[in-house]
Amino acid sequence: MAHSKTSAIEAACARHNHRADALIEILHDVQHAQGCIDDEAARVIADKLNLSRADVQGVRSFYTDFTAEARRKTPVKICRAEACQAVGSDKLAAALETAGHDLETIFCLGNCALGPAVMVEDRLIGRATAERVAAQMERTK
Amino acid sequence: MSPSLRLYLPGDAAAVSVGADEIADCLHTEAKKRGLNIELVRTGTRGMLWLEPLLEVDIGGERYAFGPMLPEHVPALFDDAFSNAHDCALGPLEDLDWMRGQTRWLYRRCGQTDPLNLDEYKANGGLDGLTKALASSSDDVIETVTKSGLRGRGGAGFPAGIKWKTAAGIDADQKYICCNADEGDSGTFADRILMEGDPSLIIEGMVIAGLAVGATKGLVYIRSEYPAAIATMKRAIEIWREAGLLGDDVMGSGRSFDMDVRRGAGSYVCGEESAMLESLEGKRGQVRAKPPIPAFEGLFGKPTIINNVLTLASVPDILARGGEAYAAVGTGRSLGTQAFQLAGNIKCGGLIEAPFGVTLRELIEDFGGGTLSGRPLRAVQVGGPLGAYIPADQLDLVMDYEAFAAAGAMLGHGGIVVFDDTVDMARQAEFAMEFCVEESCGKCTPCRIGSVRGAETIAKIRKGENVGDNIALVEDLCTTMTDGSLCAMGGLTPMPVMSALKYFREDFETKTAPAAEEVAG
Repeated sequence: MAHSKTSAIEAACARHNHRADALIEILHDVQHAQGCIDDEAARVIADKLNLSRADVQGVRSFYTDFTAEARRKTPVKICRAEACQAVGSDKLAAALETAGHDLETIFCLGNCALGPAVMVEDRLIGRATAERVAAQMERTK
Repeated sequence: MSPSLRLYLPGDAAAVSVGADEIADCLHTEAKKRGLNIELVRTGTRGMLWLEPLLEVDIGGERYAFGPMLPEHVPALFDDAFSNAHDCALGPLEDLDWMRGQTRWLYRRCGQTDPLNLDEYKANGGLDGLTKALASSSDDVIETVTKSGLRGRGGAGFPAGIKWKTAAGIDADQKYICCNADEGDSGTFADRILMEGDPSLIIEGMVIAGLAVGATKGLVYIRSEYPAAIATMKRAIEIWREAGLLGDDVMGSGRSFDMDVRRGAGSYVCGEESAMLESLEGKRGQVRAKPPIPAFEGLFGKPTIINNVLTLASVPDILARGGEAYAAVGTGRSLGTQAFQLAGNIKCGGLIEAPFGVTLRELIEDFGGGTLSGRPLRAVQVGGPLGAYIPADQLDLVMDYEAFAAAGAMLGHGGIVVFDDTVDMARQAEFAMEFCVEESCGKCTPCRIGSVRGAETIAKIRKGENVGDNIALVEDLCTTMTDGSLCAMGGLTPMPVMSALKYFREDFETKTAPAAEEVAG
């Protein structure tokens, strides 16, 4: 692993004072910075926090926000929970898949009165349609 | 220079999700083009989400509403000097039926003010509760909360005063206040709206809780799906700290309380309080066996109060208003107001704050205007993915913890998800099990394995395989999950399944058996 990558991970650990209870915050920072938490990153974090690698990998694998490998492209996060089901999220998901988007299933984005709800990066889209999602994907490029 | 025109537009994530930021840009552009001064205040939402983006204009001290706004509506606003002739004009905001029909205590500042303006917060009743708490003994504060009848708004409905009294009575070198903002139930967004629209109220409630039970540290656990709420809460905490309202000397009282935000990471079960504690300690969100309850041994083994966002946010008002005054509204043992959230296939969806005792029908028909699709309503799921499906003929059910329990349902966090007659209830039952497969923490067998078997068996029923036997199997499995699971995840997943079976059995039984060659193939 490149030295700069390792030092970025070490910096994330230092920012949270190497506290084991801040592990999830640290994992968020690393996931955000490098798009995943690979085994090497997990090793560095374990070392800095004085945890076992199993501890770090156990936490990484429990939470859906964390991935061991980076995604090829920006995912379209689509809510597949009940309130969005009631207004056709399944159909929207099929349309988005046909359009070639990389979908990530989310259970609730807290926009249940304006479903179907989609999120691209941190941008929430209400009353989502394939066209509106495509337009947002264009803007994030 | 012309006097500046004061406009209010929500910066709430839901409003932004349907174009509020674009409207803000258009307003600035249009005003500049005409050489007009405007002051645009970004507020929280009023909760009338179907009207978002909902613009408000201050005319002679009264707020006039315009919505839902599209960019092409903006020039005409200026042409007509914001008159009632505009296509989106709704008239004075406070005269709207939706606003008049509510009892807005908790959400009274939401949509009214800039959520991060502490001066406006104080000018509109903010800090009254904390001021009173600092002048009272811990016992008196807890007594007031107990008298108010306040029950946990997260869903379990446990009396807040009793929880606080328990933690207050324990000697410990450290105690914690944890605010559960892991609002994962589909159909709920009340916590999110409050965090984005009036974050100070939540902080004030946490400080009061800390003073009352002797805790000096607080954490707000917010789900990562709410980036805007996380940012607003973090900024509000900084503002409080800078103003001397948090830290070693809260409001110059010499008493200490400080707090921070912790992010969730996409796990539903972390809304369960013991899983949340594990997550706050940086671990996998696996539930803990109880006892001990968190009031005795919670975060890092120390006495911990865990309350929902709305529970804590109710406290400042309870202190300012008095326990009895708060308890004067509501019904039975469900006292005060509750934030009901209308979601799913609903024409006018959003948040309604009303006293307990209102009926489902009043909320769905009077406030909600029926289904969005215009088709007949068939089912309503109340209380999130672990709540029961209620058929259309039971809408007169009263919103009250005990009335719901008696009907085999639960109020939960007040979320109401509406479905029209195109819904396949066997599919909804299957989804309930699939959701449990996805979100089970894996600690106990009934939840971890029961959900997998449940999803498989309902899938068979949906294909028409041995329908009668498989329904019996699902019912048996649901009993095991209800009785044998460690927490509400596995324990309540049977609620949507069994209610679907009870009220919509035709969706399960009318499945025709597959053709012989399909079975053979």
